[in-house]
Amino acid sequence: LASLMNLMEKKLLEVKLGELPSWILMRDFTPSGIAGAFQRGYYRYYNKYVNVKKGSIAGLSMVLAAYVFLNYCRSYKELKHERLRKYH
Amino acid sequence: MNENLFTSFITPMMLGLPLVTLIILFPSLLFPSSNRLINNRLISLQQWALQLMSKQMMSIHNTKGQTWTLMLMSLILFIGSTNLLGLLPHSFTPTTQLSMNLGMAIPLWAGAVITGFRNKTKASLAHFLPQGTPTPLIPMLVIIETISLFIQPMALAVRLTANITAGHLLIHLIGGATLALTNISPTTALITFIILILLTILEFAVAMIQAYVFTLLVSLYLHDNT
Repeated sequence: LASLMNLMEKKLLEVKLGELPSWILMRDFTPSGIAGAFQRGYYRYYNKYVNVKKGSIAGLSMVLAAYVFLNYCRSYKELKHERLRKYH
Repeated sequence: MNENLFTSFITPMMLGLPLVTLIILFPSLLFPSSNRLINNRLISLQQWALQLMSKQMMSIHNTKGQTWTLMLMSLILFIGSTNLLGLLPHSFTPTTQLSMNLGMAIPLWAGAVITGFRNKTKASLAHFLPQGTPTPLIPMLVIIETISLFIQPMALAVRLTANITAGHLLIHLIGGATLALTNISPTTALITFIILILLTILEFAVAMIQAYVFTLLVSLYLHDNT
């Protein structure tokens, strides 16, 4: 179908709302597909912020900030009890 | 308070999935590889640091010992980066777990000792008796040297574990004390806060020094045995 070929070439922000379920189902969810997605995401960040002529500390700090945030989410269950509340 | 202090040292799992694997693998993200002659700033800085460390550490070895360069350099990078990442808030440090440090220390020490025994048997056995000991002391000294040889991997692992764990515990305790004191007496809280800052600077130094010491000792054991 012509509409299927069009769907495959569109990126997420160009997909219309009605076409969204079929777009999601069309994505490659095999292990190599997921690995490819991670690889593309990594290189997108790396080439934009680190692999430039005059890279700054921001390229590294954003990664570390995301790491801190993810660790906070991971240990939220224990940190919940340390809030300054009368009733926990 | 008792339960809170040690919860940061339990192995992170999420719904039964070992999250700790991802945390151990995370420092590899921060060391990109490159095939170019002139790289971006991150890689250039890392290459400069690596050259400095390898020249300082591997110059004492002969050709056979220098084949261990890759192993020792990746070891010091791994331990250094893992320790430094553990100083970020809420993060988990894998080197606080004795199991991991034993897993690093025992194979490396055993590799160095077995290399020595296989290639230079007489010289390796001669290490058990220092030069110039009086004859009556020989049996006792051989026993003592054997014990000190077998304690080396244990000491390597426990030294790293204890140093990093103790540092993290101190930071937790003093940070908690500072928070609790702000309502009672702000001056004491300020003093405690200054102590906390000094401690954090110490912990940064300890993180890197421990990596260096670990690698240096392994390289020393290697030097004895090649």
